[in-house]
Amino acid sequence: MIEVSGLSKTYGDVHAVRELSFRVGAGEILGFLGPNGAGKSTTMRIIAGFIAPTAGTAAVLGHDVAREPQAARRALGYLPEGAPSWPEMTPRSFLRFIADVRGLAGEHRTRRIDDTVARLGLGPVLDQTIETLSKGFKRRVGLAQAILHDPPVLVLDEPTDGLDPNQKHEVRALIREMAPGKTIVISTHILEEVDAVCTRAIIIAAGRLLADDTPAALEARSRYHNAVTLAPTLAADSARIEAALREVVGVAAVEPGERPGQLTALATPGAQPLAAISALAAREGWSLNELRLEAGRLDEVFRTVTASGVAP
Amino acid sequence: MNGIGPIYRRELASYFATPLAYVFIVIFLLLAGSFTFSLGGFYERGQADLAPFFGFLPWLYLFLVPAVAMRLWAEERRSGSIELLLTLPVQPGAAVAAKFLAGLTFIGLALALTFPIWITVNYLGSPDNGAIVAGYLGSLLMAGGFLAVGSCLSAATRSQVIAFILTVVVCFLLLLAGFPLVLDAFRGWAAPGVLDAIASLSFLTHFQAISKGVLDLRDILYFAMTIAAWLYATTLVLEMRKAD
Ligand SMILES: Nc1ncnc2c1ncn2[C@@H]1O[C@H](COP(=O)(O)OP(=O)(O)OP(=O)(O)O)[C@@H](O)[C@H]1O
Ligand SMILES: [Mg+2]
Repeated sequence: MIEVSGLSKTYGDVHAVRELSFRVGAGEILGFLGPNGAGKSTTMRIIAGFIAPTAGTAAVLGHDVAREPQAARRALGYLPEGAPSWPEMTPRSFLRFIADVRGLAGEHRTRRIDDTVARLGLGPVLDQTIETLSKGFKRRVGLAQAILHDPPVLVLDEPTDGLDPNQKHEVRALIREMAPGKTIVISTHILEEVDAVCTRAIIIAAGRLLADDTPAALEARSRYHNAVTLAPTLAADSARIEAALREVVGVAAVEPGERPGQLTALATPGAQPLAAISALAAREGWSLNELRLEAGRLDEVFRTVTASGVAP
Repeated sequence: MNGIGPIYRRELASYFATPLAYVFIVIFLLLAGSFTFSLGGFYERGQADLAPFFGFLPWLYLFLVPAVAMRLWAEERRSGSIELLLTLPVQPGAAVAAKFLAGLTFIGLALALTFPIWITVNYLGSPDNGAIVAGYLGSLLMAGGFLAVGSCLSAATRSQVIAFILTVVVCFLLLLAGFPLVLDAFRGWAAPGVLDAIASLSFLTHFQAISKGVLDLRDILYFAMTIAAWLYATTLVLEMRKAD
């Protein structure tokens, strides 16, 4: 469990974090979103006890990070931004070091190291110095360090940054797999990650909390929520179909879709025009390549929320 | 204080992971040797002791120990690994002590490698080996003092160069605190008691006392307390930088 309340951090006259409060419980995977410089890493550093807040408190598993720093740190696995480590070490010596500092011993230590190495596919590079590893492997070494002691609380700052699509997939699967019973916070700039792994998302900008909701509820704030996107087989039909769509009850507007040749019919708030549109298409005998319902676009919600500074 | 052991071992291994350690040791041995044998008039003096060696060592350490100390914390801050180290469940004091001890072990190793000088003097004459042991102990204590100063100043900056220069300056002042060069700056306006206090801070006075073979508990305590004070200051600096 992570509890953050009234957290503020100023650097000179830069307000990196302003009166941020939120609570993440066991079993939740919180996506921490915000534009560059929003204050995500600053918040995570405070939770990890690396920097002290100007005001407010943070607690990990009920341990205040300022008053009981050691207890809080023992409960936490933390991946700092950029996955720093010691370049001259090998992943093997690095993980052994972390295990020793964290007090893992004997059989348990060996098992945890082997298990973590297997989970993150570090086997082939175990004895290569970290400075010679590719960016993705460095990130995996950082992740390995964070999960080594199987902590109940995980704070991961951009865990999939620099990973190839396969590894992104692996790491997301890993996070989902570890999730039961754990409290996990990840920051990311990849919005599809929110859909893929998070049970909840927070959007901050300029240090302020702007949205705190489930991915589905955030998508529902999109103007594309319940919109219908279709693609006529023949470009010549496009104008006729567009005109017909405008007349459908529950359609607020029609605009070109994301890809050429697509049309997107936006729903009026609360309406679900898909059924009406597909019935119309059948009746009129439209020839379509595509007809689908949109859940809403997170990137568009993200832009709207962070640009206006208030929730839409 | 859990964590001291692993951090100490990691640090010590990191010295030898790059050629830097070997370069340092070679330079140290070359300078120590040439100072002792040629500049120090080791043979001409006709005395079986290591006085020339221990006479030059403080000046050698004035530059070489800050070179070891500068990377202690500044490098971790620059590379970002400090964020990993200080968010592990270890007391800041344990991390400070472990890094210090690793650095001191490294310097002690370089010092131990000057043993051929000792063998030479035993071969040529019959020196007071007790005094030589005291001299080595005093050297290690003095190196510890410089290293602790360097640890604190290294924690205060992310630039190794700045850490190095500041450490050399502070160590120089501490070395010569009992000598006219430093005392003259205070003479005239500071009370005599203050002058005495400053003079008693001199590394060189305490070191020379030990290296003559007089193991006075007060001299040892002086170095022990200086080291403890600067290491404690290191933890305070780390704590302060959290709230930056
Ligand atoms: N040590 C520091 N000194 C001064 N300003 C800082 C410091 N660290 C962060 N800031 C400022 O605080 C603000 C928040 O930074 P932070 O790193 O938390 O952003 P972020 O949300 O993690 O951004 P990104 O997505 O780019 O990682 C920024 O304006 C940044 O310039
Ligand atoms: Mg960041």
